[in-house]
Amino acid sequence: MVKEIERAGLPVVHICTIVPISLTVGANRIVPAVAIPYPLGDPELTAEEEKKLRRRLVIKALQALQTEIEEQTVFS
Amino acid sequence: MANRKVRVVHYLNQFFGQIGGEEKADLPPTVKEGPLGPGLAFTEAFQDQAEIVATVICGDTYFAANIDRAREEVTALIGRYNPDVVLAGPAFNAGRYGTACGAVAQGVVETLKKPVVSGMHPENPGYEMYRRFAYIVETGSSAASLRKAVGPMARLALKLGRGEKLGLPQEEGYLPRGIRKNVFLAERSSKRAVDMLVARLRGEDYVSEYPMPFFDRVEPSPPLKDPAKARVALVTSGGIVPKGNPDKIESSSATSYARYDLSGVDDLTDKAYQTVHGGFDPVYANNDPDRVLPVDVMRELEKEGLIGRLHRYYYTTVGNGTSVANARCYAAAIAAELKRDGVQAVILTST
Repeated sequence: MVKEIERAGLPVVHICTIVPISLTVGANRIVPAVAIPYPLGDPELTAEEEKKLRRRLVIKALQALQTEIEEQTVFS
Repeated sequence: MANRKVRVVHYLNQFFGQIGGEEKADLPPTVKEGPLGPGLAFTEAFQDQAEIVATVICGDTYFAANIDRAREEVTALIGRYNPDVVLAGPAFNAGRYGTACGAVAQGVVETLKKPVVSGMHPENPGYEMYRRFAYIVETGSSAASLRKAVGPMARLALKLGRGEKLGLPQEEGYLPRGIRKNVFLAERSSKRAVDMLVARLRGEDYVSEYPMPFFDRVEPSPPLKDPAKARVALVTSGGIVPKGNPDKIESSSATSYARYDLSGVDDLTDKAYQTVHGGFDPVYANNDPDRVLPVDVMRELEKEGLIGRLHRYYYTTVGNGTSVANARCYAAAIAAELKRDGVQAVILTST
């Protein structure tokens, strides 16, 4: 899906847990997520800390979108 | 030696290992003596020529979240039973399971120096990632094709377990491994090439000796210039839908996607949203769907002016077992709508 969106000419960032799969499929901008059942969260944290964690990941995704890249890049 | 039974160790996930469903997917590697689940069908197919001495089981999520560690742990457990050959799966089109089976193959081949036989749908990412390590039999996309996979997998395992050499993929019934071997043929290459050309000109069937590899890569798009002015859209394969799943998106092998209006929504609550993804324990995503689709944070960034605006609609489907062809269609349609609506960048989340 990431690849087709990119093919249409839209910059896209993939926030995903299993980075090797994303690389195999061909995503170009990849931000590693937390865990499969909660990619942008962590039930162990307090609600406030969890939201901060999510915010950090989304900000990182926005930074990835603003980064000029030549090849597949993992923003970890 | 001739009559000795081939020793087999079988690798399974928590589901086929009969430990449990997604709620047990965090299970660290464990071992049980003898065959289990699909292992019983293999035992039957071996007809006393081979024996599954142990079954190593690991949760799919545990494996996917700790690939290196899980590979080492599983390989060590397998090594204890001194197998002649290792069976992994079959994993059909289950992505985490296929990746785990492939990684186990890598561990076993590199560390224990024993051959590994697995079964996967050709679209399973585990095939492309690990095909050079395992002999992978083609299966259907779901466990309904188990019966058909057992015979060919058992046959390969017996041959490899006895140290016999295997022929080419198409002769032996495994998927190509991307390995080249030198062979001597009766006719020289120039003659074979001309024969092939003549066949092609005549419109007859011919088989290339070296099919061109197909790398479907897309050039990275130019970066987003000014997020503070951009309209950014959220898309997910994590199956986040309004409570009750109004468009009936399937929890596995989805045949559709949907878009939902986020007007006036600042936070995805457990009252109004849920996940329908069938490939992970849904408890955490149901309790707070923002853990998969970060609407709350996007709204925050929108208010602070860090992004221009969050696009009015989000798009969703379920990535679990969904065919590549379908996913491609959905995304092409989604991308066309997003462009039409003036979206400048996309954040796509996957579980």
